[in-house]
Parts: sequence; C-alpha cells; structure tokens
Amino acid sequence: MNASAIQVEVIIPTQTKYLDLIGSIGEHLAKKVHDFCGDQEKLAYQLNLVLTEATANAIKHTAPIPSLQTVKIVITIENTELIIKVYDHGQGFDLDAVPIPDFDQHKESGMGLFFIRSIMDFVSYTKLDDCNVLEMRKALQPCSHD
Amino acid sequence: MNLHLEKNNGYSIIFVEEERIDAHNSGELKEYILHLIEQGEIQLIVQLEQVRFIDSSGLGALLSGHKNAALKSGKLVLTHVQKQVMSMFEITRLNSVFEIYTDLNDVFNNAM
Repeated sequence: MNASAIQVEVIIPTQTKYLDLIGSIGEHLAKKVHDFCGDQEKLAYQLNLVLTEATANAIKHTAPIPSLQTVKIVITIENTELIIKVYDHGQGFDLDAVPIPDFDQHKESGMGLFFIRSIMDFVSYTKLDDCNVLEMRKALQPCSHD
Repeated sequence: MNLHLEKNNGYSIIFVEEERIDAHNSGELKEYILHLIEQGEIQLIVQLEQVRFIDSSGLGALLSGHKNAALKSGKLVLTHVQKQVMSMFEITRLNSVFEIYTDLNDVFNNAM
C-alpha cells in the first residue's frame, strides 16, 4: 500500500444491529477520499448501501456454529480504486445463479445483490478453505489536474 | 424501531422516526404495517422525513405494505422522501409503483 492509501478492517458478530456501524464507516471513508471529483454525497450513500447489503447477506447466510459467528469486512481505498471484501462462514452461494430482479413484477426480496452489482464495477464470490469472500471493486473518478 | 402513528383526514399516518431502514429494523416496520392493515386501517401514509438511508429490505417492507393494502382495496403512499432515498425508488422503478407525495397536505389535496 502507498502512503496515501486507506485500509480499514472490522470484525463484527453476526448481528444486524452492527449494520449501522459498518454503513457509517463506509460513509465516513467516502468523504475522506482524496483526489475524488465525483459526487461525494452519492458515493457516501453508495458505500453505505454496498456495505450494508453485503454484510446483511453474510449475516443471513452464516453457519450456525458459535465459533464462526463473525463477519470480517476489509475496505481499501488506494489510488483511484475502492476494494471491499466481506468474509463469511456460511455455506456460500453461486453468484452467477442469482437472477436480476424483474422490475415489472416487483418482489419484496432479491434486490440486495442488484444494488451491489449496479454500484460496483467488479463483483466476485469465492470459496476459500475456511470461509467465503465477496469481493467488490469500483474505480473512483479522479480529478483532472489539467 | 421508533414509529409514531397519527390519524388525519381518514388516513393512518406512520411517522418513521429513524435515520435508517435496514435489515435490522425493516422486519419490525413490515409487521407494524401488516398489523394495521389487519385491523382495517387500509388508507396509509408512511412519512419518511427522518429517513436518510434505506436498503433492499426496507424497500421490501414498504412494498409488502403497499401490496397488502391494495389487496384490501386500500392504499399505502409515501411522503417526505429524501433525495438519496428517492434514488433507491428510481433505480428499482418502485417510484412507478408507489404514489409519492411532497408532504401530508399534498396527499390530502391530491390523492385519489
């Protein structure tokens, strides 16, 4: 990491009361990004939303084993790239099998991953040896220094 | 979840006194609205002035209320939707499902 990079790592119990905390961290980080010339308020909301949705999903699908009741979130902002990794201990899922919601026939669930995919440029879900990781990347709009 | 109920002009008005509606409290909002509908209160306004963040589960809770009110020939409308929250309705096209009004007087004067 270079000297101007930011990295935040948080581990929370698998309880939804911590979603507020995680979302707020995203909002605050968005306002600390140097050299970003896009809509900072919009980025703050988007980071809040992506972190809230990804963490809620990890909590929802966690394994019912007491020692594994945690979710780890790592947020990195380096140069003009934002990287979010959310580690869960659930059974995992097939990201490619999650359908795009039909907005002509609205349903009450299934919109979370749609938001993540809409906001982020790259999304992957990988099974590791002892956990799974949802990785999301987004290029931030740099300032022009002409 | 902090919810406040008032009745005015034939409507039950739910004031959501939270900054966030997310997976932590959306279930409570959904149940609260369904309970009102079961009690016959089918003309509902959800006042969102204090809400500055909503996630997919929050949208789902409001959609559930909208559908269940309609099933009983009632309606659920929204007021005071903040800018970033409105963007969530727009991206999901839920702004074409819900009647969204500026404020309570806008509902009283214009809702059919």
